[in-house]
Amino acid sequence: MVDTDDYGHYETAWCPGCGNHAILEAVKKALAAGRRKPHKVLFISGIGQAAKAPHYLNANVFNGLHGRSLPVATGAKLANPKLTVIVESGDGCSYGEGGNHFLAAIRRNIDVTLLVHNNQVYGLTKGQASPTSSEGFVTKAQPQGVPSAPFNPVAVAVAMSAGFVARGFSGEIDHLSELIQQGISHRGFAMIDVLQPCISFNTVNTFAWYKKRCYALSSNHDPTDWEAAMKVAYEWGDKIPIGAIYRNNRLPFEAHFPILDEGPLVWRDVNRSMLKKIMEEYG
Amino acid sequence: MRDNTLNILIGGSAGQGLVTLGQLLAKSLVRGGYSIFVTQNYLSRIRGGHNTFAVRAGIEKMIAPRERVDLLVALDSDTVTLHQRDLSSDGLIVLDDDLDIDIDSDLLLKVPFKELAQDRFSNIVALGVAGSLAGLSEDLMAGALEDFLGKKNASLAVENRLALSAAINWSAEHSKPGLKLPTTSNTSRRLMMNGNEAIALGALSAGAMFCAFYPMTPATSINLNLASHAKQMGLIVEQAEDEIAAINMAIGASFAGAPSMVATSGGGFALMVEGVSLAAMTETPLVVVVAQRPGPATGLPTRTEQADLEFVLHAGHGEFPRAVFAPGTVEECFHLTRKAFELAERYQGPIFLLTDQFLADSYRSVIPFDVENLPPLAGCTGTAGMSTYDRYAITESGISPRLLPGMTEHLVVADSDEHTEGGHITEDLTLRRKMVEKRLRKEKGIQAEVIPPVMEGDAGPDQLFVSWGSSEGAVVEAASRLRSEGKRIASLHFSQVWPLIPDQFLAYLEDARQVISVESNANGQLARLIRRETGFEIKKKVLRYDGLPITPESILRELNR
Ligand SMILES: Cc1ncc(C[n+]2csc(CCOP(=O)(O)OP(=O)(O)O)c2C)c(N)n1
Ligand SMILES: [Mg+2]
Repeated sequence: MVDTDDYGHYETAWCPGCGNHAILEAVKKALAAGRRKPHKVLFISGIGQAAKAPHYLNANVFNGLHGRSLPVATGAKLANPKLTVIVESGDGCSYGEGGNHFLAAIRRNIDVTLLVHNNQVYGLTKGQASPTSSEGFVTKAQPQGVPSAPFNPVAVAVAMSAGFVARGFSGEIDHLSELIQQGISHRGFAMIDVLQPCISFNTVNTFAWYKKRCYALSSNHDPTDWEAAMKVAYEWGDKIPIGAIYRNNRLPFEAHFPILDEGPLVWRDVNRSMLKKIMEEYG
Repeated sequence: MRDNTLNILIGGSAGQGLVTLGQLLAKSLVRGGYSIFVTQNYLSRIRGGHNTFAVRAGIEKMIAPRERVDLLVALDSDTVTLHQRDLSSDGLIVLDDDLDIDIDSDLLLKVPFKELAQDRFSNIVALGVAGSLAGLSEDLMAGALEDFLGKKNASLAVENRLALSAAINWSAEHSKPGLKLPTTSNTSRRLMMNGNEAIALGALSAGAMFCAFYPMTPATSINLNLASHAKQMGLIVEQAEDEIAAINMAIGASFAGAPSMVATSGGGFALMVEGVSLAAMTETPLVVVVAQRPGPATGLPTRTEQADLEFVLHAGHGEFPRAVFAPGTVEECFHLTRKAFELAERYQGPIFLLTDQFLADSYRSVIPFDVENLPPLAGCTGTAGMSTYDRYAITESGISPRLLPGMTEHLVVADSDEHTEGGHITEDLTLRRKMVEKRLRKEKGIQAEVIPPVMEGDAGPDQLFVSWGSSEGAVVEAASRLRSEGKRIASLHFSQVWPLIPDQFLAYLEDARQVISVESNANGQLARLIRRETGFEIKKKVLRYDGLPITPESILRELNR
């Protein structure tokens, strides 16, 4: 048996009332529900308040650089596909600094679950605009308001036919936990954008703001219907849909490497007769 | 051919099959028992421009390029214009009789390319003519050609073979003496391999299992070579979306257990720099190959330089130990790549191999490596038994026991933030000090394994050349030429440029009347580093930074100025 206690309880560096606490709880619940042993799970994160999350539970962790968690996750998953690999980071980390990796991970369809704590702001660096901040959002760095249009990660992911695309809300822990379970079980790239308030630096998109707008997608929504998903992906404003938005059966990236059938790519004795054969080709 | 070596320079524009011709000629020479040394010089374009492929061949081991040309194979008239002045007095120019060129006909062998090959296989005709002049047998050239073409297109093979025969027969009737290489009794098998191929082979022999890359000349062929052997040898090679992704993927793979490497050039490495620091902080083994080309920025993409020593030495914010190897020969490319993997595993961090375009593309004849009997490198299989586990346990050597995630019940926690022994983020400043010291203690171990520089020549010389990396052979040859003129000369060559251990070389510097640094950069970067580490100032410098490799002649020319 695995329960949430197996994932430990830690003191965090987050503000009281921050959405991160709820997301952490949802993650632990999802792992326990999936009966995943901590040592079989690898969390990769970047830098930011969200990226600290893996330090607050029991699992293998690689807390790398700002923006670079997806490439690390891709390498680790390729080296050992038996690991359940989960990337946890903020909106700035995942969509800003790591934007190119986000697109590449979708294209590869690597079997990794990306959990983006999307508070529409840079929390750790104290309140600059993030790629998902809304136009006009005023910060110390954007005193005249954000002059750019926000990035729509869900629409981009659906447009690129990402393996699994969902949106959650930190105010709906069980619903979010369910999405995370689906993401982890999905064979291929799963991206879950999690709306979360930042009580210190985002006074626009507050808990109440999200609570009023977020509604669970009805069971009538068919996540395998790309066009329907595309429509849902563009819904943003007075009503914000949460739930599993899109899903397909694309072959996961690792499946392209038959070498992996022989087990993880840990150090092994070199095939010397093959090496000799290769060398002889230079003769 | 005054020095018993034959220097053949093939010139033409991209798209004329010049590299194929050069490779076939070089291969035939190697199979014929000769030692070869290839220098390739090309432009950053796919068609046109002026490119050269030079093969120096002889019986003794060829260690350096030579500028003076004995046989100039001109696939276009530019080649004649540009290289005529390099021709030795008893040299010869082979060219298409269609090209209208007005020079002393004694130097000229006009070949009816069209007639011999219906204007299609000019490069094969050139092979036949040049090979015949050098004294190579038809069997050797035909064998090299056959192996190159493979079995895919039989009719193409026949046509090529006919062109070769026609050229060889034509040469027999129009023979010019004087360029034939002396017959060799050497029958031991040699391979023809360039620096990048040897790095790839070294990586495979070391047990590399993961490589991610973004293409950049002159490093690309290392990655392509690994990709071509990935299936046979059981490794994964992935073209990443950029160099930042490449190094982070390699770090992820290495963290999970795969011996990993990246290979790039200066610009790509610039993007990887934060990752270097990450490998050091997370103590993740990583081999980084930087194949230099002239900078700054895009520089001269296809030319050579050694101007990234200071960059690689200092790349990555913060303080951490590293080792930087700089192979001087193709053999060293193989062995030092293995050594880099070994150190990366042992000291759990980034280890560098610094090469350049010249060495990357330089084919040489090498004695086959004893791949069946190489000592195995101990990699981490991540299964040591222990009751509790801290990824960054503080130890005397600074090396913490390494486990792999998912391979045991223990949790492996790594962090780019300063961390506790258990790998968790911390701002405990006492612990911070301890962690800095732990990481830096690994430097002691690395220092104990440094490959000493090689001193060659007269003790207490009048002049001592100091060099590193790919210029090794040119310096040794220049020194030996000066010695043969009765001068007291020595050379000191570094194939590991960091860490520097003054005890290994300072006495040599102090014993010489004059020390001269020979480097392919404009500042004398190794000389500066030596001064920083020892206080010894090398005042005289022979520097080359026009994008071309250092040759024995270029050194002697500079000295006489
Ligand atoms: C290369 C680099 N650039 C900048 C930073 C500084 N930095 C740390 S976190 C961060 C933004 C964090 O925002 P987000 O990813 O949304 O996470 P949050 O703190 O909001 O959870 C920045 C800019 C860094 N650590 N590394
Ligand atoms: Mg954020």
